[in-house]
Amino acid sequence: MRNWLLPEYIEDVLPAEAARIEQLRRRLLDLFKVHGYQYVIPPLLEYLESLITGVGHDLDLATFKVVDQLTGRLMGVRADTTPQAARIDAHMLNNHGVSRLCYAGSVLRTSPDGLAQTREPLQLGAELFGHAGIESDIEIQRLMIKALQAAGVESLHIDFSHVGIFSHLVKNAGINPILEQALYTALQSKDQSSVRELAAGIDPVIREALCSLTELNGGVAIIEEAQKRLPATPEIVNALNDLRQVDQNLGDLGVNVCFDLAELRGYHYHSGMVFAAYAQGYAGPLALGGRYDEVGSVFGRARPATGFSLDLRGVITALPVAALQKGIFAPYDADQSLLEKIEALRAEGQIVVQELPGHEAHRAELNCDRKLVKQAHGWQVVDAPELLN
Amino acid sequence: MITIALSKGRIFEETVPLLAAAGITALEDPEASRKLILPTNRPDVRLIIVRATDVPTYVQYGAADLGIAGKDVLNEHGGAGLYQPLDLKIARCKMMVAVREDFDYFGSIRRGARLKVVTKYVQTAREHFANKGMHVDLIKLYGSMELGPLVGLADAIVDLVSTGGTLRANNLKAVEEVGDISSRLVVNQASLKLKRDLLQPIMDSFAKAVAANEDK
Repeated sequence: MRNWLLPEYIEDVLPAEAARIEQLRRRLLDLFKVHGYQYVIPPLLEYLESLITGVGHDLDLATFKVVDQLTGRLMGVRADTTPQAARIDAHMLNNHGVSRLCYAGSVLRTSPDGLAQTREPLQLGAELFGHAGIESDIEIQRLMIKALQAAGVESLHIDFSHVGIFSHLVKNAGINPILEQALYTALQSKDQSSVRELAAGIDPVIREALCSLTELNGGVAIIEEAQKRLPATPEIVNALNDLRQVDQNLGDLGVNVCFDLAELRGYHYHSGMVFAAYAQGYAGPLALGGRYDEVGSVFGRARPATGFSLDLRGVITALPVAALQKGIFAPYDADQSLLEKIEALRAEGQIVVQELPGHEAHRAELNCDRKLVKQAHGWQVVDAPELLN
Repeated sequence: MITIALSKGRIFEETVPLLAAAGITALEDPEASRKLILPTNRPDVRLIIVRATDVPTYVQYGAADLGIAGKDVLNEHGGAGLYQPLDLKIARCKMMVAVREDFDYFGSIRRGARLKVVTKYVQTAREHFANKGMHVDLIKLYGSMELGPLVGLADAIVDLVSTGGTLRANNLKAVEEVGDISSRLVVNQASLKLKRDLLQPIMDSFAKAVAANEDK
């Protein structure tokens, strides 16, 4: 039996990468903290019903399930932390104003997805509950951009869409749920010929509007284009105005803002603007977010909500590899002044590795490039590149 | 740099005029060359030659920005992570159900028989028979599907049919259409966002060339 093998798409994170992930995790959580987002630690698993309702609508097949031996009920291992944050806001905190929450932890997926193609993404995210206006969308979007910039991702493209446009067109045309699902799939792949085929029987104005969604992607100019090509109902005009405001409010962050009105990711629970971050070197989105009002209603309290999340394992795939921090080698010696020196260096944040007797031949594995040497005036740190060989 | 994934054979031959319309010509012939990466007249565009069934995979993971793949292959792949903005209307054929000439396909369906079906296109076949409410046992083969009903491996096949010559030569008949097949332009989602300025002109010239072919 080869019992050292891991399941497919499940991996260990080894020291060099783990150090980098942990460093980023701390940096991002500190960033969320200074923006007023409170850290929460939801459980790794809970009853299935609360995980796959609302924001978790599409997650049923992605969720690992276990039977709770205490109650006989079905539990799920979280595949996304957002529904848990929504549950916490709706039922645990009982804030009447705005609550800002953030989280960081592993989630499990039954099949690999995302940039890292892993079944165990390390999800970090921030959610803002209790405000329905564009101001909170912009706050969340700015935080997402700052987080990715703090992680060292350069030249970001942020792609915006508004699921309200599609849902409004569908509602106006009285399209049945089966056709709606087919249109959704075709629009997601920008398959205009399929959209035209599927929409053959509906109001020509709506059909043309649906077809033009597949072409409405690009810079801010496509908002003007959309205004010409889509019906000027109040819902659509408002959606387009919101998108225009985004463009004006993110300019100072040095990102490239673009729009794609056929993007309907999470259409089943998103209710307004949705957005995704892309960057050179990544074959998919680095971070995703959007507005999901009313999902709290399944937990007894509907609250407007917007948020974003990212997979830290995915984000680091294209970042430059940093070498592990080198340490200081200390010989094995019971000398009290050596122990004092070691403690002093460690208090400064230096890595000090003290040798254990019998392993003199394996010093290179300790990753030290300096050593402590006893000199006339006590123990001193001297360069020792030979230790790495 | 733009990377375009193509497969050899019919798709490549019918893609050459489309590439020419976008001002791109391959500097080597894939049939003659053993190279898998072919340079073009444009230094910022290269072609990669892969198996037809692998085209969506290369594009999905961003190893290629654009690709040309048959709808048959895309249906099997599922299309996750891809845009399919353009039906190129090349390499057209039909996906069909075919049986031995002496086999009563519709009679067996009425009797509620559970048919054995051999195919390379397992997802497409499963979807088709599920929509009809038929129970079938699918057997996956990688080629020469026509042999299945002849040697008693299966009752029916699901395969691409362009002229019907192979079916006739093997005493088979097409009994049911599964769908029209043609090649699609597929685009990596992130590439479209990040390289729009480079990709959009190519996509527009393809669309124009396709429309011009249709008018002929």
